Amino acid sequence: MERMLTFLSFGPDGWGDEIAAGVLITVCLALATLPFGLLLGFAISLAKLSGDRFLKLSADIFTTIFRGLPELLTLFLVYYGAQIALQQFLRLIGQTGGIEINAFVAGMAALGVVFAAYASEVFVSAFRAIPNGQYEGAAALGFNRRHTMRLVILPQLIRVALPGLSNLWLILLKDTSLVSVIGLADIIRQTGIAARVSKETFLFYALACLIYLVLAILSSFVFQRIERRVETPGMTR
Amino acid sequence: MTTAFNGIAAQPAPAPQKSRMSKARVLGLILLAIWTACALGIVYFLVSSWNPELVARYGPNYASGLWVTVKLVVISFIAGAILSVPVAMGRKSANSLARGLSYGYVYFFRGTPLLAQTFLIYYGLGSFRPQLDAIGLWWFFRDAWYCAILAFTLNTAAYQAEILRGAIASVPRGQWEAAAALGLSRWITIRKVIAPQAMLVALRPYVNELILLLKGSAIVAIITVFDLMGETRRAYARSFDFQTYIWAALIYLALVELLRIGTEKAEQRLTRHIRRA
Repeated sequence: MERMLTFLSFGPDGWGDEIAAGVLITVCLALATLPFGLLLGFAISLAKLSGDRFLKLSADIFTTIFRGLPELLTLFLVYYGAQIALQQFLRLIGQTGGIEINAFVAGMAALGVVFAAYASEVFVSAFRAIPNGQYEGAAALGFNRRHTMRLVILPQLIRVALPGLSNLWLILLKDTSLVSVIGLADIIRQTGIAARVSKETFLFYALACLIYLVLAILSSFVFQRIERRVETPGMTR
Repeated sequence: MTTAFNGIAAQPAPAPQKSRMSKARVLGLILLAIWTACALGIVYFLVSSWNPELVARYGPNYASGLWVTVKLVVISFIAGAILSVPVAMGRKSANSLARGLSYGYVYFFRGTPLLAQTFLIYYGLGSFRPQLDAIGLWWFFRDAWYCAILAFTLNTAAYQAEILRGAIASVPRGQWEAAAALGLSRWITIRKVIAPQAMLVALRPYVNELILLLKGSAIVAIITVFDLMGETRRAYARSFDFQTYIWAALIYLALVELLRIGTEKAEQRLTRHIRRA
């Protein structure tokens, strides 16, 4: 028992500090991906609802691809593909030499487009849940399109989309574990190193699972607070 | 009042729109052009780097990898479906111990990454080798393939239990009461009254879960199972040819689209009695 506590301590004999650094990387990656994915997803949902055939088609192609590919494969495609593309580009402008893509950026891009593909569906169904009268009311008040969106539609949209988005956030948090494969020192990689060195594989992988659970519980607290914040008292749908 | 009527002079009608090219249309055409360029680029890349030797060498590997992927997904999906029944029953049980256990099970497997679960089972249970040896189960946990099936089964059972619970809850109580009034036994009620209605609701979530499982199955490549992804990584490591990944992406996309279109067709057919003309 004492031996295990030593392994988990923060000192030079323990792995606590390394694993804490891994937690930080995981949380940073997820938080950095979130705004990128949300904005892209929102833009795609607007494209899907724009009423233009070609715009909708190109948005549908995006979601079909990134919801259909395994996340791990998307990550490899971005990581190796961007590397090869950049090398080709450098050769084209007459420069030679290897180039390394930052694993964090590759992870962010890959997880971000997957998140955006799913988020766009959440936004689309949230838009559909807003009655037409809201647009008509805003038009009657003389709001232009931007004001209608910002003052009338968005506040309601957030409320409707929040449960779906919180689900996607939890999925994103879990999917960050895949970046350990391209060498980013996240929770899985750090606990994996600790497991291999200390030979206490079960202890450390169980710890990794536990950390993800704690992160999920913490985020559901945050979402509860946001939900309470955006809901209108006495409002029913 | 009069100023309101007289203040604003009558406005001429707006000029008819000259072009049908709205901003959305232009943006759509540009994006579509980019997609087309990407598709043509990939086709060009695949054609220009077409290498019969490469295909002859790795084609059979891809086929066997695909077969491993399909086997893995089908076995764990079916085993998970069987396991999900007691879990879903536990979630609705009157016994608080059963309720707590099944809730904890579902929460754990839905709250942690599939990768971490797979590692926990494949590498983690290696810590208990003497004990597993003693009860004669070490052969099972030593093998990456069995561990992958176990991890995927446990994972998908948690998700399927929730689907099952939601689908059964979506059947109105009146259906249970009517069946009870007809004197049907519990088993007959479930089989003849509840299941047909619940399964219609559950079809789409089930297929979504199957697709998620298929996509998730790519991670078994990390624990040295040579599924489609594993074969792809091996081919790339040996040939350094990026088209290996492109082919894998095309195969995965085709599989997922087949499942999705198939479900849509099946749903159309299965719900034709409740659709309004």
